[in-house]
Amino acid sequence: MPKDPESLSTLKSRAFDLRIDNLTAITAAASGHPGGTLSAMDIMQALFFGEMRHRPTEPHWAERDRFVLSKGHAVPALYTVLAHAGYFSRDLLPTLRRLGSPLQGHPANFLLPGIEASTGSLGQGFSMAIGMALASKLDGDKFRVYSMIGDGESQEGQIWEAAMAAPKYKLDNLCVILDHNKGQIDGFVDEVMSLNPIADKWRAFNWHVVTCDGHDYTSIQSAFAAARATKGKPTFILAETTKGKGVSFMEGKVGWHGVAPTQAQLEDAVKELRAAKAALEGGN
Amino acid sequence: MGAPVKNEPGSTSVASRDSFGDAIARLGETHPELVVLEADLSESTRSKKFAKKYPDRFFQMGIAEANMLGVAAGLSLAGKVPFCCSFAAFVAARFDQVRMSVCYSSTNVRIVGSHAGVGIGEDGYSQMGLEDIAAMRSLPTMTVIQPADDLETAGAVEALLTHKGPAFLRTTRQKLPRVNKEGYKFELGKGVTLVDGKDLTIVATGGTVAGAVQAAALLAKDGVSARVINIHTIKPLDVPLLVKAARETKRILTVEDHQITGGLGGAVCEALAEVEPVRIHRHGILDVFGESGTPEGLYKHFKLDADGIAAVARDFLK
Repeated sequence: MPKDPESLSTLKSRAFDLRIDNLTAITAAASGHPGGTLSAMDIMQALFFGEMRHRPTEPHWAERDRFVLSKGHAVPALYTVLAHAGYFSRDLLPTLRRLGSPLQGHPANFLLPGIEASTGSLGQGFSMAIGMALASKLDGDKFRVYSMIGDGESQEGQIWEAAMAAPKYKLDNLCVILDHNKGQIDGFVDEVMSLNPIADKWRAFNWHVVTCDGHDYTSIQSAFAAARATKGKPTFILAETTKGKGVSFMEGKVGWHGVAPTQAQLEDAVKELRAAKAALEGGN
Repeated sequence: MGAPVKNEPGSTSVASRDSFGDAIARLGETHPELVVLEADLSESTRSKKFAKKYPDRFFQMGIAEANMLGVAAGLSLAGKVPFCCSFAAFVAARFDQVRMSVCYSSTNVRIVGSHAGVGIGEDGYSQMGLEDIAAMRSLPTMTVIQPADDLETAGAVEALLTHKGPAFLRTTRQKLPRVNKEGYKFELGKGVTLVDGKDLTIVATGGTVAGAVQAAALLAKDGVSARVINIHTIKPLDVPLLVKAARETKRILTVEDHQITGGLGGAVCEALAEVEPVRIHRHGILDVFGESGTPEGLYKHFKLDADGIAAVARDFLK
């Protein structure tokens, strides 16, 4: 845990700014994945503003905790969180997906500090996170590793190869978070290829399984605390989330998986997020 | 020829998978960063030797090669130098993981693909790495190495401990007669001229190099002076050495236990076509599947033994 944990109200307030910056970048790029970035945003903020030990101005610090975004298409959310955490300037965010920008459409670890692995072909980041966790164990367990996977991604066979492997090596320094937003590009997960019963599957693979509300900071922090307290096995956090969270016309709509908002839609979204932020702060 | 002289070419014959196993078991002692991953083939790839000596740095990942490659990438990103072992055929089959996790994630993973080519024999096509070089060398940043004997394999493994970037090391099941001299120094990216000649250059790699050297001796009896170049590093290719050979001998015959499409032959054609276009004949597996048989029988069948290579060379020179 960081020496100076942020207050809940700061996290909640920043969550609106993060969503605005994220959608602004995706709109500027005119392509990207609003739904899955908004569902993942709160978990990512909780990781980089509280849970993880890391140094934004020393991104290659050997003992940093690692975050591997296995569902690589949600990377605009990660870029936004990294910028707010101080890894690079927020001015870079609107260069998302532009020629020459280090903010590639999917993560490229050799182009940008804070990106631990290049992902985007689903199923692979999780395995890389296991490798990092193994290395940590070899070197005296100096850092923890977090990886976020997606619902649709869980249909990849490699996810289950990896799910078999981590408990074998008793990787209690590894925490996998499922951004369970129930949608994928071709429709609802239950229609495309159901994952149910998800928690039972991970329990059967010998994981410590925790459920949380992926948009409630107290709930997310409790899940991370439970993961840290568990010894001898890796933790799987089933984070219940909403695709498009925070923007009413996007929430729960799979159509917003991989389509950028128009400028007008962005303005509506920003208006709504600003109003919600003002209401929150006014209520404090 | 009289009795073989110790430590001279032809004096010893070791499968490169064994030379690899010996090398990692030896180098593990002084290189704590060296880790090894395996997918249930440790007996076949010879990673078992390392596993016995350094159980804490050996990761048995089961028959799950995709995950193994990703885990290897993660270990590398956290500072380790992972040697990730399987059959060449099975590694090439996980091209996406090699492409994304190993290469695009900028790692130092060393993929060791054993059971190269028809030289494995009886198990047949499904277990033969025959398209792996083509796949691996298409990837940006990837280095592709196929040693021709025990000395070269040991040198390659040692070089890969400090080399930056991903690499593919292709090893054989069958024994390889030594083609280099004791004291041989492996230089990544440098071809090795084993026999000098002026009428033709035979460019060979891995399991076909010893046969190419013997073929040059057979051709010499016909009055043909064949140069033999051993290309252990297929990527990056030693283009200057090949250009020189093309200029001086005018004809190039490539020989490999791999498909002629995209392998050493493909690489040599691509390089020379742009710089020094000469007549090139690609010899190897001629766009067909491999099959079961004895290793020797298959090398004869596919004309990869000395007699076969010499016959192909004679046809080419007609």
